[in-house]
Amino acid sequence: MNTVAKLDEVKTTPWSGGRSPFSVEYGKLMMWFFLLSDAFTFSAFLIYYGAQRFSKLTWPDPDIVFQSIPGIADHGYPLVFVGIMTFILIMSSVTMVLAVEAGHRKAKKEVIWWMVATIIGGFMFLGCQALEWTHLHHEGFWWGTIPDAETVKALGADGVSAQQFSNLFFTITGFHGFHVFSGVVINIIILFMTMAGVFERRGHYLMIEKVGLYWHFVDLVWVFVFTFFYLV
Amino acid sequence: MATAAIHNPTATHHDEHHDHAHHHETFLTKYVFSQDHKMIAKQFLITGIVMGVIAMILSILFRIQLAYPDQSFPLFEVLLGKFAPEGRLDPNFYLSLVTIHGTIMVFFVLTAGLSGTFSNLLIPLQLGARDMASPFMNMLSYWFFFTASVIMLSTFFIESGPAGAGWTIYPPLSAVAKSMPGSGLGMTLWLVSMTLFVASSLIGGINYISTVLNMRTKGMDLWKMPLTIWSFFLTAIVGLLSFPVLVAAVVLLIFDRSFGTSFYLSDIYVAGQALPNEGGSPILWQHLFWFLGHPEVYIVLMPALGITSEVIATNARKPIFGYHAMVYSLIGITVLSFIVWGHHMFVTGMNPFLGGVFMITTLIIAVPSAVKTFNYLATLWKGNIRFTPAMLFAIGLVSFFISGGLTGIFLGNAALDINLHDTYFVVAHFHLVMGSAAIFGMLSGIYHWFPKMFGRLMNAKLGYLHFWLTFISAYLVFFPMHFMGLDGVPRRYYSFTEFESMNEWLSVNVFVTWAAILGAVAQVAFLWNFFYSIFFGEKSTQNPWESTTLEWTTPVERIHGNWPGEIPTIYRWPYDYSKPGHSTDFIPQTTPLSETMSSNMPHDFEGNEEAERIQEEWNAKNVNNTEEVK
Repeated sequence: MNTVAKLDEVKTTPWSGGRSPFSVEYGKLMMWFFLLSDAFTFSAFLIYYGAQRFSKLTWPDPDIVFQSIPGIADHGYPLVFVGIMTFILIMSSVTMVLAVEAGHRKAKKEVIWWMVATIIGGFMFLGCQALEWTHLHHEGFWWGTIPDAETVKALGADGVSAQQFSNLFFTITGFHGFHVFSGVVINIIILFMTMAGVFERRGHYLMIEKVGLYWHFVDLVWVFVFTFFYLV
Repeated sequence: MATAAIHNPTATHHDEHHDHAHHHETFLTKYVFSQDHKMIAKQFLITGIVMGVIAMILSILFRIQLAYPDQSFPLFEVLLGKFAPEGRLDPNFYLSLVTIHGTIMVFFVLTAGLSGTFSNLLIPLQLGARDMASPFMNMLSYWFFFTASVIMLSTFFIESGPAGAGWTIYPPLSAVAKSMPGSGLGMTLWLVSMTLFVASSLIGGINYISTVLNMRTKGMDLWKMPLTIWSFFLTAIVGLLSFPVLVAAVVLLIFDRSFGTSFYLSDIYVAGQALPNEGGSPILWQHLFWFLGHPEVYIVLMPALGITSEVIATNARKPIFGYHAMVYSLIGITVLSFIVWGHHMFVTGMNPFLGGVFMITTLIIAVPSAVKTFNYLATLWKGNIRFTPAMLFAIGLVSFFISGGLTGIFLGNAALDINLHDTYFVVAHFHLVMGSAAIFGMLSGIYHWFPKMFGRLMNAKLGYLHFWLTFISAYLVFFPMHFMGLDGVPRRYYSFTEFESMNEWLSVNVFVTWAAILGAVAQVAFLWNFFYSIFFGEKSTQNPWESTTLEWTTPVERIHGNWPGEIPTIYRWPYDYSKPGHSTDFIPQTTPLSETMSSNMPHDFEGNEEAERIQEEWNAKNVNNTEEVK
């Protein structure tokens, strides 16, 4: 009956079971699906933003709203500061890539240094955001409050659109900032785990890769937030 | 890629887990903070049942109010205190009852209770996995859900009472705390509870999806998965993509409520005073809410449809009719569910052209739904039907799905909806098609997989009693509501005696209320049966329903890791019932084709020509014998 055994051959193609079809570990798969889900949250916010903005007759001109560099100049430098912020965040993504790459080589020391660099980048971005918020707050913007009518008019807006702009700016950049903050906390945890040699004993640095995915996602979201609030 | 070097690390992870899990299990780790998917499934189920009973009692309270609006019930005051002064329900509390009944039933019973129970129980068991992809996240998912449940129920114990703006919590009613007591602290807690709930369902969902994709046993390709798994998988995807939008909507609502923003508010007067809010739009809430809200209907319904497919095929002793069509119709429903939300908003003043688009997409959903219905009926056709309680409930689902689905075609029509919107016709429609149908799917699943969960059988006679009383009372409750809706009677009204035009429906309301009480009393038969059988039910055999799927190859004792030895390999699809030429009327998925030479068909070999040739040789050798037998 040896020949009959031929009947029971189970296929070994990627989708035939017994293995991951994408050769991906479950945690990474879960991270991807989480990011997909989170992308829908941010999409909902940004679509709401679009719906509000296009239903208003005016909207504050970002070149006028965002023209200060805290501590250096109060006005005259449109979008310079946010440009620096964005550059910092993107650089922190680069250092994260280098950490992941070092992880592939199982170079523990390098992973640690690149993670430290990423964390510093994250904190710098959050610090910049705090400065940006403080500046706007001093000008009179906050949830539910706007500057006096004259200032608002100078921005090319009216009371209603300035109010909606203010509400949406703080809510959406706040929600993004919360994501960055969570990312920094996770990065710190991962850094300590690396230093304690957890991944060395585990034999792989997959965790760095998973956290990296999250960090790049947060970065990507910022590109959209940046585009919607500062550029268009 | 570094990952390529690590070939499926999950497998090793679980084997390790499996080895040391038996040693030190305390009460806490076994029953409370369990990471075993079977125990978590039971936790979801029992929490779901408790929440279901509470939500049902709430519905009886407001049904009594609707039937006897002018009568005083001193008992109410004893039980509810100031929510029922002088034995009559407070109007605001009536609205809270309606709101919390809807919220609990839709989210806590039919989403978490249904998906949480059966996805957790069946995904690893029917796919051949030791446990979920991440048992820890799975545990977390339950405890988020539990916390959300506790917070939701706690609102009954606060001064201003639970949220009262309806389960859709439309602003401005829900956003302005001054507008009614039910928009105060109760609404804040509602939002907190729902945020935790979404976190729970997100964690659960990514776990289900990863497990289905990554952890199928050898031979279990996608087209060999039982329809239950397909439905849980697609349900999880729908939830993953729609719930986050609710989170965004809820965050904006929280800011409107507590931080003075105007996302949903504009031009509002409360008690003669103008609110400062300008520029927001309550319609935008509806868009965001229904982008979740409509897919949510399918999150509720699809697992029930999957369970029904499985139960009907098993108990009709026939392969499910149109397996591929069943899968494609589920996929169709999944995709379409995201582009129909506007049919809840026909009367918000939306552009009639847009209304027309939403009408067309809505009516297209009838196609996959009808495919499923006809396939159920075709599976039953000429089957050797075994009327187990699970089977009766599954057939009951098909009945509700048809009668509730037909009225969906009325409501999906933008022109008809102008008349029917927010009337009892809508209440009747969704209570039949998603309420009753989904709960029947869930009950069917409970009766069917009870032996897998507890190792014992539920009492069949009590099951029959439970089925017939519930089935009849559900129709008696919801069928008359269609006529009320056609007459224009609106939902959520506290007292029908206040309106001349609704007076004549009072007698119908009395009838409906008594039917609802009958339905509620019938659940005692279920509850007794369920809890009694956990401890004293008849002991089950390994495969009590003579089913083909993988979960029935596990030992009755329900060990951690599911299979004592190696995980079995799969050789065939899950619906080999009454296959011509075979000695029994079912062939488990684990039976190799070489052991069923007399019943193999050419397509069983999926294009393996060598195997086909061997089979033909065998046929040629044995065909004479068969002739003689005949």
